Amino acid sequence: MTEPSTQPPTAQSIDELIGSASAELDTLADLEAVDQWRVSYLGRRGSLTTVLRGLASLDVEERRTIGALANQAKNTLEERLEERVRQINVAALDLSANQGRLDVTLPGRPALGGRLHPTTKIVREICDAFVAMGFGVVEGPEVEWDHYNFEMLNIPKGHPARDMWNTLWVDNQDPSGGSNMLLRTHTSPMQARVMEGREPPIRVVVPGKCYRYEATDATHEWHFYQVEGLAVGEGITFADLKGTLYEFARRMFGEERKIRFRCDYFPFVEPGVDMSIDCFACDGDGEGCRICRDSGWIEIMGAGMIHPKVLEGVGYDTEKYTGFAFGMGPERIAMLKYGIDDIRHFYANDLRFLRQF
Amino acid sequence: MRLPLSWLKQYVDVDIPAQELAHRLTMAGIEVGEVEVIGGWNEVFVGQVTDVRPHPNADRLRLCVVTTGTEEMEVVCGAPNVATGLKVCFAKIGANLYNTHTERHEPLAVAKIRGVESQGMICSGLELGLGDDHSGIIELPEDAPTGALLNDYLGDTVLDLELTPNRLDCLSILGVAHEVAALTGKKVKEPVADYKESGAPIIEQINISVANPELCRRYTASLIQGVKIGPSPQWLQDRLTSAGLRPISNVVDVTNFVMLEYNQPLHSFDFDLIKDATIIVRRAKPSETLTTLDGAERKLSAENLVIADANDPIGLGGVIGGANSEISDGTVNVLLEAATFNGSNNRETAQSMELRTEATLRFEKGLRPELAPIALRRATALIQEVAGGTVAPGIVDIISDEGIDAPVVPLTSEKIKRMLGMEVPAKQVEETLDALGFTWESASKGELKVTVPYWRNDVNIEEDLVEEVVRTIGYDAVPTTMLSSPIPFQQPMPIMGLRDQIKDLLAAAGIQEVINYPLVTLEQLEQVEQLDQLALPLRMANPMSSDREYLRTTLRASVLANLASNQGHSAGPFRLFEAGRTFHPRKGDLPEEHETIAVVLAGLRHEPSWLEDESLLDFYDAKGVVESVLERLGVAATYESADDLGFHPGRCAVIKADKAVLGMVGEIHPAVKERLSLNQPQVAAFELYLAPILAALPSSQRQFEPLPIYPSATRDLALVVPSDVTAGRVTQLILRHRGIDRVELFDIYAGENIDAGSKSLAFHVYFQARDRTLTNEEVNRSLDGLLRTLERELNAILRA
Repeated sequence: MTEPSTQPPTAQSIDELIGSASAELDTLADLEAVDQWRVSYLGRRGSLTTVLRGLASLDVEERRTIGALANQAKNTLEERLEERVRQINVAALDLSANQGRLDVTLPGRPALGGRLHPTTKIVREICDAFVAMGFGVVEGPEVEWDHYNFEMLNIPKGHPARDMWNTLWVDNQDPSGGSNMLLRTHTSPMQARVMEGREPPIRVVVPGKCYRYEATDATHEWHFYQVEGLAVGEGITFADLKGTLYEFARRMFGEERKIRFRCDYFPFVEPGVDMSIDCFACDGDGEGCRICRDSGWIEIMGAGMIHPKVLEGVGYDTEKYTGFAFGMGPERIAMLKYGIDDIRHFYANDLRFLRQF
Repeated sequence: MRLPLSWLKQYVDVDIPAQELAHRLTMAGIEVGEVEVIGGWNEVFVGQVTDVRPHPNADRLRLCVVTTGTEEMEVVCGAPNVATGLKVCFAKIGANLYNTHTERHEPLAVAKIRGVESQGMICSGLELGLGDDHSGIIELPEDAPTGALLNDYLGDTVLDLELTPNRLDCLSILGVAHEVAALTGKKVKEPVADYKESGAPIIEQINISVANPELCRRYTASLIQGVKIGPSPQWLQDRLTSAGLRPISNVVDVTNFVMLEYNQPLHSFDFDLIKDATIIVRRAKPSETLTTLDGAERKLSAENLVIADANDPIGLGGVIGGANSEISDGTVNVLLEAATFNGSNNRETAQSMELRTEATLRFEKGLRPELAPIALRRATALIQEVAGGTVAPGIVDIISDEGIDAPVVPLTSEKIKRMLGMEVPAKQVEETLDALGFTWESASKGELKVTVPYWRNDVNIEEDLVEEVVRTIGYDAVPTTMLSSPIPFQQPMPIMGLRDQIKDLLAAAGIQEVINYPLVTLEQLEQVEQLDQLALPLRMANPMSSDREYLRTTLRASVLANLASNQGHSAGPFRLFEAGRTFHPRKGDLPEEHETIAVVLAGLRHEPSWLEDESLLDFYDAKGVVESVLERLGVAATYESADDLGFHPGRCAVIKADKAVLGMVGEIHPAVKERLSLNQPQVAAFELYLAPILAALPSSQRQFEPLPIYPSATRDLALVVPSDVTAGRVTQLILRHRGIDRVELFDIYAGENIDAGSKSLAFHVYFQARDRTLTNEEVNRSLDGLLRTLERELNAILRA
């Protein structure tokens, strides 16, 4: 480093200063030394600053020419400084690329692996599809009265159709001796509960748990979910039922799926409907297919126009209002979508199963 | 129900393939589960054995000559029952048969058996797939047509109908025939019921009365005298067998046959065993008993309808007959009954006696009264045909005041349009009704008065008729439209939104959702110290098993059981949550259902990895999740040390917002861990109760808070406090101090250089003013004030 000069600067001394400063800069290999260099040449008391201060002792003519040279020198040194810093950074990166090379095949740091249950996902998917068509989502009690689970649904006591729902009764010591409280066998009791509470128009879906007194096997669970749906209002028709469910099936299963509506029976609808989609395992071919049992069709849900007795039961004017209802099993839909071969997996809660979804 | 097509074809022409028929029935609501083909044999004929000789080289084998009428062949046969003159199932060379040696279907080849060439085979049931009997050859009836293809003679197709409970009519072959006729444009050929009457009229020979017409709308009977009881002819036995019933004797078989044909259950009594030739249809008397045909002695009550003679019950009406009037080999005179019993009473009796019969299956659904005499006459004719005898002139026919009028239901074109969203031309409606056997007349323009045929008990209102029309013309004919009415306002259910939000937050926090059965045992609740003996949970009246008997009052037992069942698979981390309901009994009402969330955390804190440490999940992991969830919800919660028998003493907090309990967080009690065989050093858990959390949510939307414009100032503060002072209390006091915006606890220390009975807590404290940059002096002054407060309130001193 050159000692600050008290001599007035000359073109030569400036030239020399650039020379020596540049030479020194080239020898520096780390950013700290470079910073010291900057202070000693370009800092407040640095060599070049001193030179600029010495300009004061020159006459006007010289001050102009030498001053211009000095400013040029300052720019030059600043440019070289910047260039050197860049070189050092590049060298450092090269070094770290060579020495600190990562094994990119090592596993990454595990992110948190929480998932929702597949039933939750499918239930949400189903509800979302209907919400997009103007339906609301409501829930109801899992422990129900016989009244809502059966009687309000046109299934009075002693009705042979009660055999369709094997029931788990709650031991509630009904005054008549029997039980009138049960674990709901379907989400349909919410039909009456929703309608009792308000006047049409109504459009809701009702997801929730249901229970049946049934032995479990690969396709039957005693504990399962349903999503019920209900639309009541003026001028609602069977054609609307078809259209709504058709739109649902397209959203849920894709545009290319074919849909079949056929006659079926549930005491709380008339006419009754069974909706099937063409089998995606065999593409409706049917021959030797395990999924659709050779039929080419998979039953997805039951539906129908709400039975006038159900509407009358909640005090609706059946001459004014009509409606449709439907119900489906999300597990069954999940089984079809994900290729799950045994419904018992759902509530066994084996993490090796749950983590697949 | 099994529907043999050969039988169906007796009543209606079927000229479409069985698969197509199955499809049409299914679409119309009569679901065909399976189409079973019986037969399908090639090169198998009805043959007759014309000669049987010993085999020259084998004692057990014989050489038989079989003719098909046009050809004669010599075959080797080993069956013990082969005999000259026998009609047999004869397979020619090339027939595809089940080979009992290779256990596969193979074409039959010419074979030399013990040196003699066999030019075919006389078949057993096993080889033809008609059963697994291989002890002898099938003996065909004498009238089997020699030379006919066996397929034409014995082959059949059986449709397995999966009937819904409303379609009682399709439990009968004729009922299905009506359906098939409507779907294929054919006409039904009704069976004939011709018989000759002679002798004394029935009303002179028996005295029948109905004491309880409310349970018996119609009672009809006929009397056949001088019958000969014996086995039924082959055709009748075959019909019953093909439908899955066991042949018994000619008279009984006829009653079953007509039931399958028409749906009307019939009963035959031995007339001579009816005391005083008197029948009274009445409710049973309190002390009466009846030994029924199945050999059981049954106690009766006034709820049961019996058929009684002058003294005692001789049958349980519409359920089962009595042993005391049973048809036996010695029966000569038969009283035949066809009645219309009350459906729900019949069902109750059958249920209380745990006795579901073919009869109750039909009666419980409410048979129509028009049916009884039709079926009675048909059965009377058939009994005379197969068992001989003479029929006493006339029938007994007792009709209750209710009458037997068929329902008449209106049907308007407007209703059809309003329900279906399309118009069906009047002509098409009328033709459809005709095809289904309904009769109608025009009442006014666009309105029909429709009379329901006797075999349909399921059509009662206009909507039913609309379904009849639309299911017959096909649901495909109905257009597909979208709901055009305005979208109703949807009243939100905030607790569902809250639950979904928390579920998402928990999943994002790395916790896996599980879903458990809500039925548990008392032991399970007791194991986790959640059983209150004074307030037992709701019990099932008919539990499926003892391990699913009570409705859970806590989710804790369930999620801990999930941990137990999964811990074998790995070292963790185990992070599980369930969002479900707990059930809390209320007197005289449905239980309260509490939306609850339960979480367990155990095992390694991080997934096993080359990068991470092997620390274990603990209390503070659980609490951290609770805090982050509640913070996101905007709920300001406090945590107070709490005692809960299920949690580790000293490691449990109750989560509160003001006074309301929002949940519990803690580590599971070592004793609970041991009972559940949880092999984890520690198990952290928490529960959140959704209803109080919902109530604690901020009532208004979160409001934006402007970002600070001026820099904040930070001071680090190491405080020495008595050991029993909680960090929460210190933090609370610091935050309450003016000018302090935020505080972070970053170190806790006790031990060397700290007095026993004390601990050191170190905080970053952030000072912030909204309107200016705080000066050092201001910050220091505030800090001094804070220290004075801390010392005064908590005995806290600045650590040296």
